[in-house]
Amino acid sequence: MEKDKTFANRKSHSEPGPGDGGRTGSWRVLRPVIDPEKCIPAKTNKKACFSCWIFCPDGVITKTKLPVIDYEYCKGCGICAEECPTGAITMVEETLVIMEEEK
Amino acid sequence: MHIIESGNVAAALGVKLAEASVIAAYPITPQTPLTEKLSELVDAGEMNAQYIPVESEHSALAVCIAASSAGSRAFTATSANGLLYMNEQLHWAAGARLPIVMCVVNRGIGAPWTVWNDHQDSISQRDTGWIQLYACDHQQILDTVLKAFRLAETVSVPVMVCYDGYILSHTYMPFELPDAEMVRRFLPPFAPEYFLDPKCPKNLNTVTLPDIRPDVRGNTAPGYMEIRHNLHMDMRKSMDVISDIEIEFKEIFGRGGYPFIEPYRVNDADYVAVCMGSLSYHLRDVIDMLRKEGIAVGAAGLRVYRPFPDKAVADAFSHKKGLIVFEKALSYGNQGALFADIKAALYAKTDRPFVRNYILGLGGREIKTTELADALRNSCKPSSATTDRPEWIGLKM
Repeated sequence: MEKDKTFANRKSHSEPGPGDGGRTGSWRVLRPVIDPEKCIPAKTNKKACFSCWIFCPDGVITKTKLPVIDYEYCKGCGICAEECPTGAITMVEETLVIMEEEK
Repeated sequence: MHIIESGNVAAALGVKLAEASVIAAYPITPQTPLTEKLSELVDAGEMNAQYIPVESEHSALAVCIAASSAGSRAFTATSANGLLYMNEQLHWAAGARLPIVMCVVNRGIGAPWTVWNDHQDSISQRDTGWIQLYACDHQQILDTVLKAFRLAETVSVPVMVCYDGYILSHTYMPFELPDAEMVRRFLPPFAPEYFLDPKCPKNLNTVTLPDIRPDVRGNTAPGYMEIRHNLHMDMRKSMDVISDIEIEFKEIFGRGGYPFIEPYRVNDADYVAVCMGSLSYHLRDVIDMLRKEGIAVGAAGLRVYRPFPDKAVADAFSHKKGLIVFEKALSYGNQGALFADIKAALYAKTDRPFVRNYILGLGGREIKTTELADALRNSCKPSSATTDRPEWIGLKM
């Protein structure tokens, strides 16, 4: 049998991109929910503000007129809610959301 | 070309011939003149390398880790407490699979302070995931540095080249300086598969979750346990590479040929004295003396300590009557680490020799030929049995 001459074929190398740290959405205890009535780009229909997009440390918020949060990877840190100038983002108990979905 | 120089210069000339491109070192005690010589070679333009002086051994290895990650052939050297100060980075270099080569000039470790020779420094780092090679004289120091780069870069595991402080590092001996073209034939330029490149950004060795995960391309990325298993299996597989490299080195340079165990009058011996480093050559005089007295004893120097060449040890010694393991290090509260490893390697053999253990030369305590001879005279008897605790040579109590 030919001997295996490959070495170091299991290393911790990764490329930048969504999900490389795993499905981090499962870490979340509090879920940020955006109120379109208060959100500046949603309310004014203008590409403006986007503080949540700028400050999100995981880059899971889109720069769209109603920003969309990717709950697959959002860890629920709450920085977006803290930074939102109009208080449009509230942190909701994840268990409440799950209970609501299961109804 | 034959020259007469110190063991440290032999090592430095090996690093020069290997064309290392980054050297990082902390210059103060317990460092040796090895890195001073390298700084002179770089300063004189004889080596095309970056010499990076740092504020600690921890930083020295951190610089080598960064340089190696960026695709450079990196080298550092240290001794004793300096090696211990590197400990965290030692594990990192191995886990990151970086082919760094480091000379460890073996010295005892404090407290109390000592700068003299024993093997406690490198032996205490045996489980860091580094390959450990031991040299017995100046020629082997130089040759082992060249083999170490070739080995490290083939198996992606860092390598320590260990040699005895003072006994080899600061003494002068003649040795052959290989031709640079021949070295280039033996050691091609470092061409890593992965390295840090701004054109292709990558994360290296980020937090790895307990389980496997899909990567950004949807392929399965290994978890911590797979990565560590791979390091272990590659260390085991590297023994084949060590053998192959030894054969190729001998073909090109005409020296060496003993990848794991360097024997002296072992073939017809009933008993074998086993040790690592320069002591195995010192023992040759003792063996000649005892042979004249009719004692059928030989000596064997172990060249590789990690990965442990258990098969080579079992094949070479299982049919002998007795092994006497001389060690300049100790696993405190137990026994000599090499002694324990040798016993474990022989355990599966039904007809195995007795194995005895002597601790000697700690902190540079002089090792007298007469003491070695007495120890072997006492041990090389059919009535000897395997011991579970070491005896001490040269202890004045």
